[in-house]
Amino acid sequence: MSPWLPILMAVPVLGAVVVALLPKGSDKLAKQVTLLVSLVVMVLTLVMAVQFSPRGDRFQFVAEYNWIPSFGVKFGVGVDGVALVLIALSVVLVPIVVLASWNDADGVKTADGTVIAPKRSVKTYFSLLLVLETMMIGVFAATDIFLFYIFFEAMLIPMYFMIGSYGGAQRSYAAVKFLLYSLFGGLLMLVAVIGLYFAAGKGTFMFPELVGAIQDPATQKWLFAGFFIAFAIKAPLVPVHTWLPDAAAQAPAGAAVLLVGVLDKVGTFGMLRFCLELFPEAAKAFTMPIVVLAVISIIYGAIVAIGQTDMKRLIAYTSISHFGFIVMGVFAMSQVAQSGAALYMVNHGFATGALFLVAGFLISRRGSPYIADYGGVQKVAPVLAGFFLVAGLAGLSLPGLSSFVSEFMVMVGTYSSQAFGSGGLAVAAIVSAVAVILAAVYILWMVQRALNGPTAESVKGFKDLNVREVVVLAPLVALIIGFGFFPKPLLDVITPSVQHTLTNVDVKNPAIAEKGAGE
Amino acid sequence: MDPVKITDYVGTGVIGVSWLMIALPLLGAAILLVLGRITNKWGHLLGVAMSLASFVVAVLGFVELLGLSEDARRQAVHLYEFIPGMVDMGLLIDPLSLSFALLITGVGSLIHIYSIGYMSHDPDRRRFFAYLNLFVAAMLLLVLSDNYVGLFIGWEGVGLASYLLIGFWQFKPSAAVAAKKAFIVNRVGDFGLLVGMFIIWTSFGTLAFGDLQGKVGEASSGTLTAIGLLLLLGACGKSAQLPLQSWLLDAMEGPTPVSALIHAATMVTAGVYLVVRSGAFFEASSTASLVVTIVGVATLLAGAIIGCAKDDIKKGLAGSTMSQIGYMMLGAGLGPAGYAFAIAHLIAHGFFKADMFLGAGSVMHAMNDEVDMRKYGGLRKLMPITFATFMVGYLAIIGFPFLSGFYTKDGIMETAMEHGQWMGWLAVLGAGITGFYMSRMIFMTFFGEKRWDKDAHPHESPSVMTVPLILLSLGSIGLGYYLISDNRFMKFLAPAVGLPERLPEFHLFSTTTVGLSSLALVALGAGFAWYKYGKSEVPVLAPRGSFLTVFARRDLYGDALNESLFMRPGQWLTRIAVFFDNRGVDGLVNGLAAAIGGTSGRMRRLQTGFARTYALSILFGAALLAGALLLVGNI
Repeated sequence: MSPWLPILMAVPVLGAVVVALLPKGSDKLAKQVTLLVSLVVMVLTLVMAVQFSPRGDRFQFVAEYNWIPSFGVKFGVGVDGVALVLIALSVVLVPIVVLASWNDADGVKTADGTVIAPKRSVKTYFSLLLVLETMMIGVFAATDIFLFYIFFEAMLIPMYFMIGSYGGAQRSYAAVKFLLYSLFGGLLMLVAVIGLYFAAGKGTFMFPELVGAIQDPATQKWLFAGFFIAFAIKAPLVPVHTWLPDAAAQAPAGAAVLLVGVLDKVGTFGMLRFCLELFPEAAKAFTMPIVVLAVISIIYGAIVAIGQTDMKRLIAYTSISHFGFIVMGVFAMSQVAQSGAALYMVNHGFATGALFLVAGFLISRRGSPYIADYGGVQKVAPVLAGFFLVAGLAGLSLPGLSSFVSEFMVMVGTYSSQAFGSGGLAVAAIVSAVAVILAAVYILWMVQRALNGPTAESVKGFKDLNVREVVVLAPLVALIIGFGFFPKPLLDVITPSVQHTLTNVDVKNPAIAEKGAGE
Repeated sequence: MDPVKITDYVGTGVIGVSWLMIALPLLGAAILLVLGRITNKWGHLLGVAMSLASFVVAVLGFVELLGLSEDARRQAVHLYEFIPGMVDMGLLIDPLSLSFALLITGVGSLIHIYSIGYMSHDPDRRRFFAYLNLFVAAMLLLVLSDNYVGLFIGWEGVGLASYLLIGFWQFKPSAAVAAKKAFIVNRVGDFGLLVGMFIIWTSFGTLAFGDLQGKVGEASSGTLTAIGLLLLLGACGKSAQLPLQSWLLDAMEGPTPVSALIHAATMVTAGVYLVVRSGAFFEASSTASLVVTIVGVATLLAGAIIGCAKDDIKKGLAGSTMSQIGYMMLGAGLGPAGYAFAIAHLIAHGFFKADMFLGAGSVMHAMNDEVDMRKYGGLRKLMPITFATFMVGYLAIIGFPFLSGFYTKDGIMETAMEHGQWMGWLAVLGAGITGFYMSRMIFMTFFGEKRWDKDAHPHESPSVMTVPLILLSLGSIGLGYYLISDNRFMKFLAPAVGLPERLPEFHLFSTTTVGLSSLALVALGAGFAWYKYGKSEVPVLAPRGSFLTVFARRDLYGDALNESLFMRPGQWLTRIAVFFDNRGVDGLVNGLAAAIGGTSGRMRRLQTGFARTYALSILFGAALLAGALLLVGNI
C-alpha cells in the first residue's frame, strides 16, 4: 500500500475546504492559498513520478481500501505509465490555470470599461478548481471501475459551475448542454459498468481482475458500446461533439484549458484502457467503424474550424480534429500508434492549453472573441503575438514542437499497423494526413486576421502581456519545445504501459518488434 | 560506383561536434528572440557572428572529411535517442551534406553581412537577424540530418523561417497573405513527404539513411514508385516546381536579402537535395525518375516564360529561380550522371542568383524601394559596383562562355540530351529564353534612358553591401570551371551519390550540338532583348501585350487555377460544413426534438426548454453512433 495517490488526492480537496472557509474579503489570500496548494501538489506528483519504474509492475503506487463491501466496491488506486503522464499533465496545468485566472472572477473589464464578466465569488471559483484537481487525479488513478465511474460523473459538477457561473454571455446554455451530454454518456456507462459486474460474476469492480473476465462476444460488444459511447461523448467524436465548442467558448479561458486539456482526455484514456482491455474482441470487431469515425472527426473538425469566426470555438474545433487523431491511434492497435496517441493526450493538453490561454489574454483586452474584431495586434503587442504564434504552431503540429512527434507516431503507426490487414488503416492514415494542410489553414488564417495587417483602431491601445501572463505562458512554451525535441522521458513511461494494453488485447505488435515486416 | 557505406563516426575531430553548426545559429536566434529589445543594439552583430562561426565549423569539418579516405567519407554522428525504437537523432557528414553546409553558411554569412546595411533603417532589424539565424539552423538540420524525420524537422523549420521572413513586414496585408500562402502550399508538398515517410517506415522499418542503404531493392516496384512520387511532391512544394510553384512569386514580399538567401540560394533548392539524397528510390523506379525530369523540364520552361513578362525586378528574378531549379530538378532526375551537375549548378546558382538578388536589393535601396524596372534605366554609371557585379551574375546565368553557369548548365543539358532528345532540346530552348529575359532585365535596369520617379536619387550602396556583392560575383565567375573541370565535383560527390558508369569528358569550350546550339539561342535571345529594350525606348507604363504576354504576366494562370480548383470549392465546403454543424448536427436534431416534443415555438428561444431539446439531441446523436457500430460491427 502506497500513500502517494491518496495524499495527492487529499491535498487539493483539503485546500479547497480551507479556501472556502476563508473569511469574507480575503480574495487575494484565497488565490495565494490555491496557488500554493496546486504548486505543492505539482511538486509532490513530480517527486512521485521520478520513483515510477517503467519496467516494473504495471500498476504502481497501488492503494486499496474497502468501500462498499457488499458489492465489492473498493477505493482502489494505482497508476500505469499512461495514467501517470496524464496525472502529471493535470497537476502541471492547474497552477498555470490558477495564475492565468487570477483576475477572472474579479469582474473582467477592458481598458475602455466594457464589462466582460461581472464580479463573482473568488473563493468559490478557486475552491472549485481545487476540487476539480482532486477529481482529475482520481479519475486517472482509479483502478476500481466503480470508483472511476464516480469520478467520471463527479468531475462534471465543478466544471458545470465554472462554466455556468463564471462563463460568458451564453454560459447557462452552454453549461446545461455540457451537463446533459455528459450525464447521458455517464448513464450509458453506468449501465455498462453494472452489466460488466454481473456478467463477469467476480463480485469485484477492480480493473486488473476484470481483464479477460468477459469471454462471450455478444456480451463484449454490448458492454463495449456502452463504455465507448460514453467516452466518445467525452472525447468528443463527431457526431456527438457539438457541446464542446459551446462549452469551451463560454467557459472562462482557464476552465476551458482544463475542460479540453484534461477532462476530454478521460474519454480517450477510457477507450485505451477500458474499451480495449476489457472487451478486446469487440474492440477488434469495431476497429474499422471507429477509425472511420475518427478520420471523419479529424477532417470534419478541421474544416469546420477553418470556418469559425470566434477564436475559442475555432480552438475547440481544432481539438475535435486532434481527438480524432488520438482515437485513430488508440484503435490502430499498433504500439507506435498507441504510444503516439497517449503522448498526444499530453501534448495536446500543453498546446491547446497555451492557445486557449493566450487567446483568453487577447480577448480580455478587447472583450470580443471574434477574430474580425482584431487586426495588427503584432505591432502593438509583439510579445503576446509571439506567444500566440508559437501556441498556434504547436496547434498545427509543426515539427520541432511536441505535438508533431505524437501526430507523426499516430499516423505512421496507423499506416504501418498490420493488425487488420494494412489496407483500411493505411487509407485512414493517408486521409488523416490531409489535416496537416488544413491545420495550416485554420491556424495561419486566424493569425493573419487577428495579428497581422494594419493595426485596427480598437487594438491600438492594447498593452502587451504583463509579467503574470508571461509567467503563465512561458512554462507551457518551454514544455512544448522541450518535448518537441526530447519526447523520450514521456515515451519511456508510456510505451511499457501501452505494451500491457496490447498484450491484453492480444494483438501481435507489428511495428517496433519486427521493425516493419514489409507491406 | 555505388555510394559508400555510412559508418559511425569514432574520431575526435570537428566532425564529432558538427552539431555546433546547427546549435550556434539556433542559440543566436534564441538569444535574440527571448531577450528581445535588450539586444537591439548588438543583435545584428551576434547574428552575423553565429552564422560565421557556423561557417568556420563547416570549413573545419570539410577539411577533416577531405583528410579521410574516399570510402570513409560518409560519417554518421549519433546525437541522441529521439523517438525510442523508431528514430535516433544524428547527423550525416558526407560530401553532399557538407557541400550544402558550406553553401548555406558561406552565402548565408555574406547575406547576413549585407543585411546589416540593407536593414539598417528598420526598427525591427534585431528580429530580422533572429529569423535569419533560425533559418540557417533549420536549413543545416535539413541537409545534415541522417534520417528523414530530422530532415523533415529542418524542412518545416525552414518553412517557418520563410513564413516569418516573407511576412516580416506583416503590417502590409500583401506580405501577410503571401507568407500564409507560402506555408500552406508548402504543406501540400509536406503531405507528400509525410506519406512517403509512412511508406518508407512500413516497408523498411527504418527512416535512417544509413539503415536504408542496400535495402531499397527489397520493396516492390510499385512501392518504390509511390515513394518516389510522394517525395517528389514534397520537393515540388519546397522548390516551387510545377504544380506547386505559385507561392514563390508572392514570396518576393519579403525583404530582398531573404529573397536572395531563402528564395534563391538555399531553401528553394532543398527539393533538389531531397531527390538527390533519396536517389536510391528514384534510381530503382524509372517512372518516378521520369516524372522528376518532366517536372524539371516543365518548370524550367514555365519559369523562363514568366520571367519574360515581369516588370518587377524581384519577380523577374523569382521566375528565373523557378526556371534554374527546374534545370537542377531535371539533372536530379537523370541519376548519378546528373546528380553532380545538378548540385554543381545549385551551388553556382546559389552564388550568381544571390549576387543578382542582392544587386537588385542594392538598386531598390537606391531607388526608394522601387521594384518596377520600367522606372529604372541608365543606372550603370551611378552604381558602378552594383552594375559590374550584376553583370557578372547575368553572364553566369545565361551561360556566357567560361563563367560558372556555362559549365554547370551545359552539363545538365548534355546529360539530358543523352537521356532523351525531347528533354535535351527543351532544356536548350529554355537556355535561349533565359538569354532573352535576363538581357531584358539588364537593358531595362542599367542601360537606356532614365525613367526614374522625380524623387529618386540613385547612389551606390555602402561597402557593407557591395563587398558581399563582389565576393559573390567572384564565385559566379570561377566556381563553375573549378567544379566541373576534370569532373572534380563529380568525383568529390561520388562517395555520397555514386558515379555514372562512364565519366563525361570535359571541354574548356564544348563544340557539341548542345553547346553550340544553346550558345546560338542565347545570343539570339539576348539580341532580341537588345532590339526590344536596348535599341528601342522602354515605355514607363507596360503595354497591354499579346495573349502570350498576359499569360506569362499572370504566372501562367497558376493562381487562377488554384483559386477555381481549390480555394473557392474549399470556401464553399467550409461554409457548408459550418452551416451543417450549426444547423445540421445541432439544429436539425433540435428541430427533430421540437417536432417530437411539439414545442417548436419555444425551441427558437434557446434559453427556455433546452434541457429537453438536448436530452433528445444527445439521444439522437448517440443513436447514430450506436447505429454505426451495429451496422458495421454486427453486434
